Amino acid sequence: MAIHPPETKIWWKEPVHSIEIWWVLIALVWSLIMFVMMPYWHVYGEQNLSNEAYRVDPEYFGEKVEDMVKKYTIREEGDTGIPVVAPPVGSDVFLLARLWEWYPILELKKGEKYRLHLSSMDWMHGFSLQPTNINLSIHPGYDFVVTITPTESGKFSIICNEYCGIGHHTMAGRMYVTDK
Amino acid sequence: MSILSKSRICPETGLFFDDQAEKLIKWNAVTGVVFLLVGGAFGVLMALTRWTEVHILPADWFYLLLTAHGLDALIVWIIFFEMAVLYLASSTLLKVRLAAPKWAWLGYWLMLIGAVITNVMVLEGDSSVMFTSYPPMKAHPLFYLGIIIFAVGALIGTFCFFGTLVLAKEQKTYEGSLPLVTFGALTAAIIAVFTIASGAIILVPTLLWSLGYIAHIDPLMYKTIWWAMGHSSQQINVSAHVSIWYLIAAIIFGAKPLSEKVSRMAFLFYIFFLQLASAHHLLVEPGLSSEWKIFNTSYAMYLAVLGSMIHGLTVPGSIEAAQRKKGFNKGLFEWLRRAPWGNPVFSGMFMSLVMFGFLGGITGVIMGTEQINIIMHNTLYVPGHFHATVVAGTTLTFMAISYFLVPVLFRRELWLPGLAKWQPYIYGLGVAGISVFMMAAGTLGVSRRHWDNNFADATLGFDYPAAAHMFLALNGLSGLLAGLGGASFCIIMVGTILWGKKKGDVAATEPAPAPEPAVHQAGSAGSIAVPGTFVLALIFLGSFILYYYVNWKYLSEVWLLS
Ligand code: HEM
Ligand SMILES: [Cu+2]
Ligand SMILES: [Cu+2]
Repeated sequence: MAIHPPETKIWWKEPVHSIEIWWVLIALVWSLIMFVMMPYWHVYGEQNLSNEAYRVDPEYFGEKVEDMVKKYTIREEGDTGIPVVAPPVGSDVFLLARLWEWYPILELKKGEKYRLHLSSMDWMHGFSLQPTNINLSIHPGYDFVVTITPTESGKFSIICNEYCGIGHHTMAGRMYVTDK
Repeated sequence: MSILSKSRICPETGLFFDDQAEKLIKWNAVTGVVFLLVGGAFGVLMALTRWTEVHILPADWFYLLLTAHGLDALIVWIIFFEMAVLYLASSTLLKVRLAAPKWAWLGYWLMLIGAVITNVMVLEGDSSVMFTSYPPMKAHPLFYLGIIIFAVGALIGTFCFFGTLVLAKEQKTYEGSLPLVTFGALTAAIIAVFTIASGAIILVPTLLWSLGYIAHIDPLMYKTIWWAMGHSSQQINVSAHVSIWYLIAAIIFGAKPLSEKVSRMAFLFYIFFLQLASAHHLLVEPGLSSEWKIFNTSYAMYLAVLGSMIHGLTVPGSIEAAQRKKGFNKGLFEWLRRAPWGNPVFSGMFMSLVMFGFLGGITGVIMGTEQINIIMHNTLYVPGHFHATVVAGTTLTFMAISYFLVPVLFRRELWLPGLAKWQPYIYGLGVAGISVFMMAAGTLGVSRRHWDNNFADATLGFDYPAAAHMFLALNGLSGLLAGLGGASFCIIMVGTILWGKKKGDVAATEPAPAPEPAVHQAGSAGSIAVPGTFVLALIFLGSFILYYYVNWKYLSEVWLLS
């Protein structure tokens, strides 16, 4: 029994039943398939994170965001005073996370590529684009670059899904995607 | 057997108990159960708060108790119980006294003191940082210190386990190799050393940082090393509860492992590949390469997963073989139908096996797929998954073995046996519910660790789809059911210890014969085929493949990322 030492001393030479051998083989093949799926998706899939990231000083990142806001603000969101920014297609777009907001509101074009830079000014935050459901981890001191192409238009929310203190559940931002 | 120590042979089970080991097993297990009670009660409050219409706690209390729930349930309860398992698997199964019992007691007290310190800090309200305590968010220094003291205690206990194995070898209390259960426990203990070392590497600097001696802790570095502890510790749990599955199969059915070789190899896979798993938690972080993520998240091509899939066949397989030997040979599943479903030791264990595999295992591998993680990271899918592994898997298994151990250790009959019969089903159903419904809400994007499903205080509001609120309500109801089951368990255990009918000390000199091993043949080759288990395993694989590709399909529908 499993609570006694093996009955045969030389247990490693015992033959193994074919059912067990088959299962180990089947499970091994499945494991390998799952392993190969990831590199496969890097080649043929269209949802992969880039490996592009830089160390960045939060202040410097904040300035990049302000530059973009100054150049490309098109309106303010209702009476909130939050700028809505429509940067040029294909450009470097900046979004910052801080206690407890996402800044600014971006307006992108459907089907166009943008180089989205994400970083935090203070603690860790979680970029969670809803209802699309794209979730990324945002660290202070790291500029996370993701090339993103919206495939649907409309109004989206960015909620924070990394616990960031008592205001965490108020940290929601917005993103617009317009048809071309 | 040492002549210096007192010991006894249990009259019903024939098990050997060294006096000190027995006391330590009792104290560790009971302390664990107390923390389970506390942690579980907080869990119910979590589930009720996340139920949109009920929303029972204010925000600060929600985050505070969520921190306490994670710590007490995941860390304190489980590790105390694991200490009991280690002492049982070494001293009792090898029939040897415990090595260095004084140290083992020191370990126990350090763990208790550490756990209490950290709990007090959390309950005082300035350490609501979640059990993961990611910097730059800072907790009170004593919060980290408590965890460190707890870990030192656990490390000491682990070394007493190693010492006991050495002692047994020296005193030749067993012949040949370690029993499989002890081998599994050894796996857990080796992983524990690695885990605690990683914990020390990251928590000691964090403590110094919280005291102001270190200026900066890089959050990405912290997260990487913290999860070398955090994920490996889950591998301890898996090794421990799989060992107990084998143990229960042995004591209930007299089952013998189908093949020692295959089962041990599966345990070895855990040791070889576990260090890599930290990557599961880092799949959507900046600054780590895809190659690193893929290799590590798959534990080098999923070989640790392979280990679990092997146990998934061999544990029920050994039961099937034992049952068929007894003549339950009709069709594919008579062996299973005629199993003792009214015995909570068996029912708890078997439900745990099924839920760990189907709900916990499949979803964990899928969520740990580099790209698929993008649609799940930090959603409620994550707690949904790990309540299936760590609650339905580990906790339910530990409950099941408690129904066997507590009466044996305390020499009392089970209190409220009628309730005990139902408890695993109540708890199991509740836990299945919280797992499935949190995962369902997570699939719809609902965030974990989040107080307000309505975003009422956000400047830019957001509404989850109506179905999400429905799943959260069902999660709340399931939480109540799990709470009922968990409370029943604690009542039965405490009641047994305090008021259970005393068993006479008769026949203490004459050990009952250990049950006959059901499969005499060495190895499985000559023994009975296990077609029923094989069919179950294929059903499992089919579900796995289906759900795996369903998630790739979901992923392919989100915006393009490169
Ligand atoms: C009555 C039983 C239980 C219920 C109803 C329950 C419910 C919950 C809920 C609703 C959450 C919060 C999800 C969120 O908003 O992020 C949670 C988190 C958690 N639970 Fe449980 N739980 C129970 C038992 C357990 C047990 C026994 C364990 C460990 C063995 C456990 C481990 C955890 C952990 C580690 C977390 C994550 C905490 C965090 O995110 O920091 N739970 N639980
Ligand atoms: Cu945040
Ligand atoms: Cu947050």
